[in-house]
Amino acid sequence: MRFSPETLQAIVLSLQLASLSTGLLLVLSTPLAWWLAHTSSRWRAPLNAILTLPLVLPPTVIGFYLLIAFGAQGFIGKITLLLGLDSLAFSFGGLLLASLIYSLPFALQPLQHAFILVGKRPMEVAATLRASPLKAFFTVALPLARSGFITAGVLSFAHCIGEFGVVLMIGGNIPGKTRLVSTQIYAHVDAMEYTQAHWLAATMLVFSFCVLLALGLLNRRQAEQSA
Amino acid sequence: MKQQQQYTAPCSEAHKENRIKLSLARSDFVLELDLHLPSRGISVIFGASGSGKTSLLRCVAGLERARTSLIQINGHTWQDETFKPSGLFIPTWQRAIAYVFQETSLFPHLKVLGNLRYGLRDAGKSAAQSLAQTIELLGISHLLERRVDQLSGGERQRVAIARALATQPEILLLDEPLNALDNARRAELLPWLGRLRDELQIPMLYVTHSVDELFRLADWLVVLEQGKVKASGPAAEVLANSEPAILVGEEAGVLLEGEISERDPTWHLVRVSLDGGSVWLSDPGMALGNKVRLRAQARDVTISYARAPEHGIQNQLAGVVETITAEQHPAHVMLRVRCGKTMLLARMTRRAVADLGLQCGQTVWVQIHALSLLT
Repeated sequence: MRFSPETLQAIVLSLQLASLSTGLLLVLSTPLAWWLAHTSSRWRAPLNAILTLPLVLPPTVIGFYLLIAFGAQGFIGKITLLLGLDSLAFSFGGLLLASLIYSLPFALQPLQHAFILVGKRPMEVAATLRASPLKAFFTVALPLARSGFITAGVLSFAHCIGEFGVVLMIGGNIPGKTRLVSTQIYAHVDAMEYTQAHWLAATMLVFSFCVLLALGLLNRRQAEQSA
Repeated sequence: MKQQQQYTAPCSEAHKENRIKLSLARSDFVLELDLHLPSRGISVIFGASGSGKTSLLRCVAGLERARTSLIQINGHTWQDETFKPSGLFIPTWQRAIAYVFQETSLFPHLKVLGNLRYGLRDAGKSAAQSLAQTIELLGISHLLERRVDQLSGGERQRVAIARALATQPEILLLDEPLNALDNARRAELLPWLGRLRDELQIPMLYVTHSVDELFRLADWLVVLEQGKVKASGPAAEVLANSEPAILVGEEAGVLLEGEISERDPTWHLVRVSLDGGSVWLSDPGMALGNKVRLRAQARDVTISYARAPEHGIQNQLAGVVETITAEQHPAHVMLRVRCGKTMLLARMTRRAVADLGLQCGQTVWVQIHALSLLT
């Protein structure tokens, strides 16, 4: 292997960050997506727009606002100060919070779409079969929305691994602490280490391809099963 | 005659009464009714689309909540909005109902057996027994290991009915269960529904707009029109006596209930005794003494003063003309003739009636040219 210990550290950190935020995202997005898919509240449209914002905003804009918020005068900074914690800026915790925000639409949209596709009828059927709403949700809605969960998980994981702008803005690219694969490549290029940059970039390329291929195959199998 | 006829349901045990009182405003109609339904057999809720049939069923199931409602099934009160302070409303999942939806409602991620087991509350003996019974009742034991997408439309509905019944419900609600099926599948499923009527001890509410299903299945008939009850009573009486008639034109007819009383093996015929006479029809292979339902369509019935042996018609009954009413088409009139306790409808041309000089109160002979036996 031609990766330096520093690069390996960046890979491990990237995987940790992506796994953690994907897991948290799926848990947090599920009730939110369910609510958005079924509510007729007038707050649905504006809330949906806000939650989709990270999809269209330049990552540096998100990073900038988060940096401000993490600062001593920012509202998150005040909270961490109050709790006696270190500032989230330039820390793994800060990166995690940031990834949750900028990857949210990648988890929320597929889930919401899947829940809309499942519709209300299976839940009604479950209720006529004496299933409590909670049982109906876990035994009917979740299995039927499985492909939505696969898509949401894969997309948010891949997006977390690939994000650069936000990471650079609030992570500060500190080796071993907040330096991820994407920023490591940047560092290599900055230092004119083209061979290392090549290796890491090619790894990312193959990884991304494999992710998309796996997603496609999983979804096709799912479609065949329910056809 | 009164505009609407209300019969009281035969409730031998008053505490097991089924009462549905609803008031539900929809954009296209207002559902407003107060029904007393029998505690056994099939009550058909009949009406055109948009008459509120499905809403009625959804309210009984608790899938919709109507204001000022009272829903009492088999002695249990599931909804009573007069309850203080906020009204009593038992949610769907706590009501002992079985609901069969129009389209297939089986869970695609479970096999047939998984679907059947879904509604079982425990893994106990009584649940297993009730499951085995419904599997036997619907004849689906050979399908248990199949995936839902490997079933035909008719099989899917049979599994859906079995799944609903396995929960040991106190009422079975069926929302046009044959609607999504083609004619062949309908014909395949109908006998199973007849079997349910004969074997289940619980009441069934069956929503349909099909005249054929109404004749085959209804013990009790509720006719809905734009959210209001047009008639409610024993099916045969409602069909024969309602004024204006529930069914008009080509579809008009009566439901006859009789008993097979004689078999003629030479000609492969059986005699069915009715109150007011008897009729012969081709041998269905049932034992003597069996109760049967017959449908006599008004277009297949004619009237004359004398017995008409020359026509070779064996099915003739003596009766008295009770009413003569105008039909939609000015060429036709509908005659209601009472033969004993049996009421028959005859659709004739105005000219034929004038030629014969037919009037109410006259004694006549009724010829039935075609009868269908409904199983």
